[in-house]
Amino acid sequence: MFDRRLIENFDWGFIVLILLIGSMGLAILYSALTAGQDAGVVHILFKKQMIWMGAGFTVMMIILLIDFRDLDRLNLFIYALCIGLLISVILFGQIGGGSRRWLVLGFVRIQPSEMMKIALIISLSSVYSTSVSQTGLNFRKLIKPVILCTIPFVLIVNQPDLGTGLLLLLIAGSITLFVKVERRVFFTLSGICFAAVPLVWLALKNYQKLRILTFLNPDRDPLGAGYHIIQSKIAIGSGMLTGKGFLKGTQSALSFLPEQHTDFIASVLAEEWGLVGCSILLILYFFLLLWGLNIAYNCRNMFGSILAFGVTTMIFWQIFINIGMVMGLMPVVGVPLPLVSYGGSSVITNMVGFGILLNISMRKFSSK
Amino acid sequence: MAEFNKNPDREWIKQRLIGASVCVLFVFAVLFFRLIYLQIIKGKEYRVLSEKNAVRLKSIKASRGLVFDRNKRLMVDNRPSFNLKIVREDAGDVKKTVKKVAELTQVPFQELMDSIARAGKGAFYKSVTLKNDISREQLAIVEAHKFDLPGVHVDIEPTRHYVYIKTATHILGYIGQINSKELQSGKYPNVKSGDLIGRYGIEKSFEKYLQGKRGGRQIEVDANGRTIKILRTIEPVAGFDLNLTLDLDLQKTAQKLLENKNGAVVAIDPDNGDVLLMASSPSFDQNDFIGGISSKKWKILMSDPGKPMINKVIQAEYPPASTYKIITSFAALEEQHIDVNTTSYCPGFFKYGNRAYRCWNKRGHGELSVIDALAQSCDVFYYQAGIKTGVDALAQYARGSGLGKKTGIMLENEKKGLIPTSAWKKKRYNESWQGGETLSVAIGQSYNLVTPLQMAVLIAAVGNGGTLYKPRIVKTIEDSHGKIVKKIEPEITGGLPASEETLNIVRNGLLKVVQGPRGTARRIRLKNIEIAGKTGTAQVFSIKKGETIKTEDLKYSLRDHAWFVCYAPAQNPVIAISVMIEHGEHGSSTAAPIAEALIEQYIQDPLTKEKLKE
Repeated sequence: MFDRRLIENFDWGFIVLILLIGSMGLAILYSALTAGQDAGVVHILFKKQMIWMGAGFTVMMIILLIDFRDLDRLNLFIYALCIGLLISVILFGQIGGGSRRWLVLGFVRIQPSEMMKIALIISLSSVYSTSVSQTGLNFRKLIKPVILCTIPFVLIVNQPDLGTGLLLLLIAGSITLFVKVERRVFFTLSGICFAAVPLVWLALKNYQKLRILTFLNPDRDPLGAGYHIIQSKIAIGSGMLTGKGFLKGTQSALSFLPEQHTDFIASVLAEEWGLVGCSILLILYFFLLLWGLNIAYNCRNMFGSILAFGVTTMIFWQIFINIGMVMGLMPVVGVPLPLVSYGGSSVITNMVGFGILLNISMRKFSSK
Repeated sequence: MAEFNKNPDREWIKQRLIGASVCVLFVFAVLFFRLIYLQIIKGKEYRVLSEKNAVRLKSIKASRGLVFDRNKRLMVDNRPSFNLKIVREDAGDVKKTVKKVAELTQVPFQELMDSIARAGKGAFYKSVTLKNDISREQLAIVEAHKFDLPGVHVDIEPTRHYVYIKTATHILGYIGQINSKELQSGKYPNVKSGDLIGRYGIEKSFEKYLQGKRGGRQIEVDANGRTIKILRTIEPVAGFDLNLTLDLDLQKTAQKLLENKNGAVVAIDPDNGDVLLMASSPSFDQNDFIGGISSKKWKILMSDPGKPMINKVIQAEYPPASTYKIITSFAALEEQHIDVNTTSYCPGFFKYGNRAYRCWNKRGHGELSVIDALAQSCDVFYYQAGIKTGVDALAQYARGSGLGKKTGIMLENEKKGLIPTSAWKKKRYNESWQGGETLSVAIGQSYNLVTPLQMAVLIAAVGNGGTLYKPRIVKTIEDSHGKIVKKIEPEITGGLPASEETLNIVRNGLLKVVQGPRGTARRIRLKNIEIAGKTGTAQVFSIKKGETIKTEDLKYSLRDHAWFVCYAPAQNPVIAISVMIEHGEHGSSTAAPIAEALIEQYIQDPLTKEKLKE
């Protein structure tokens, strides 16, 4: 099963990139944890994250064993499995923080909405790989993808987890634009989107409306999200060029920041490591994304190309939304920063994504 | 697929990917320039802000909703309380400052430190409570030494005030500080550590209405934590007010009558299930709980054998005793084992198997029918009726009358009592049902257990012609401007399993309990109003087979409980009452006079008079 060519083609550069970002992430996480928690808790959480990273790495290696083209054949099965999990969340899910997102299997908690991202990317790549054409997709060819997106979107938004739901749409939308749609389709869909805004607005929960209004005008919620954004901006800004030094952040040490080891972790980096540290992380991320796009280019199989693009897109949106949010460019939504934020589901999902990219990269010369 | 691998397609995909890369580059450029703007251009400014930690968030507590009785008399109010707080970040040497506070206010140093410790590590810049509700003297001394106490400040915040001490305690309940477990449960999304939440009674069950919405302030402070500038303010929204169905006067009278007794009284409006009074004795002072009850006071409350923390109206279960004869009458009449004319002879005992079961009246009641048997509470008549009906049919009628299940009143921890069946005994004890036990069940002893509230709902239904209501305690919920937010309508939960004819027979019997010449409660007769009711004497001490013990010989704690359930006026009742006096011995002598006094007062009420005219 494993022929020599696969090892010769192994993408060492990509692995190095992941390891670099991962270790930088752990260092930032350690600082963020130390600032906000008691020593015992820090130890437990940090160890947990290491275990997740290790598990994620193992999962990534396991994914290398499967030929990515098998994912094409299995796409509907994977998709149905994830939908099944999403439905069981509704039936048996565990409630946390006001929504039902987790399934408890023995001693692990899984978040099926995370896996759904990968499943949807695989399914869309499979559909588009046969329908793609240089002139772009017409309406008829979009029916199936739209259905594929709508089902999980509705299930996830009802959890309720609007953030992940919208992320799903962003990823799907990016892939669709990548494979190109006909001009009239593009304009019609854009028109529909604009027309739908007021409808969506009505469907939103009050706290969700509040968040968007707060983003547009932080003064609206000076005690909640608005305050967090202000504190986050103070933390980032106060880092200046070189930062206050590792473990020396004052904003984070005083727990001014909410969720500083998950969603707001980038502000800890910015405060302690300054513009220099942030630029290093941004550059590493930038290389990671370009590397992903390059894998898409080098693959001789349409499914593989679209799949590689899809996974890269998933990473891209998370980075953009998270960093954009802590800098006050995006509304406050709970999207973790890949390889840096604390959290098992996010680590595993991203590692699965990297596994798929490596897999495609290894088998780029196989066309069938 | 093959088509795709041709060169033009690869060229095309390259174009698309270059497009994507340009997008990524653009986005990263935006992020980078934003970083430069924040960290380089505005960096100095933010550095200064972060060093001062100058922007603070201060929350403003919302005042809890008020509680009124049915005549809009204020029962639960808010009063200002002076709460001593500290911001550790500004206090310099925290221990030294707290020591000074302890000396000035005479509060033990350790108590203050414990209070700080509860706030946890991660909140140095937040206000932490040192001591809630300090006295005016303490306030004066702290204010005078303000400049020696960096980081210490006093907030004036609303606190609960229960206007009438020890009145309606078990309904109103009390509030207390939220604990970390409750905070994590996610049930209280708007509550923060240190906040007060309802812990008992309607304070708890109507928490989400009473709570209100906290406001807050962004303030800029100086190096000592003193406010320089208020940046933004969000005003708090007061909680909703509750209008209860209770009548404050009646409630007070009931409590006075219960003084020095252990027991429960509840009165219901038979027309809609409104709870007019609900008293449980002994009681406790809710005001003790507001600032956190002291462990000494708590210990005293918990070790009191009278169990003051229990709302006996809904949480204590007693054998229904002779009041259960109402149920036995329903069952025997409806199942046609007896009719209005069926008589039994009572010689003072009833032989069943090889044992004689006593009637409470040793001399015997002689020949009597169901109406007189109810009036005189003849046990022998009901032994016979019970044995004909059987335990399972009795249970069916008891359940149909609302016993053995919760009434659904909006208070926590209501007990549902117990109505035994043969299947239940098999399951519980793995023993089959004995005929002799049916005799005990028929007169409300044996395994039967009911709450005073269940009996009130039942007797109210007998009075109103058979409709069981869910007891209602809150009528309307209003916002602070008096706009009604929610109206709680009376709710019918079922009907008594008795025909009009059966009901009339029972009502006649109940009337004769008070108004008949030999009725067990004939001593409580009122001049201008007819009362219908039923007495009961519940055995606490289970007497061994074949044994009888005189109550006078028993210790207080083994004496019988006294029941009285009634409604008045008998023809068209406006009030139904259930009285239970623990170890009161006889329903007629201790329980019934309480009901009598309440009825007498209630019919003088202008609202009742109006209703009676109709």
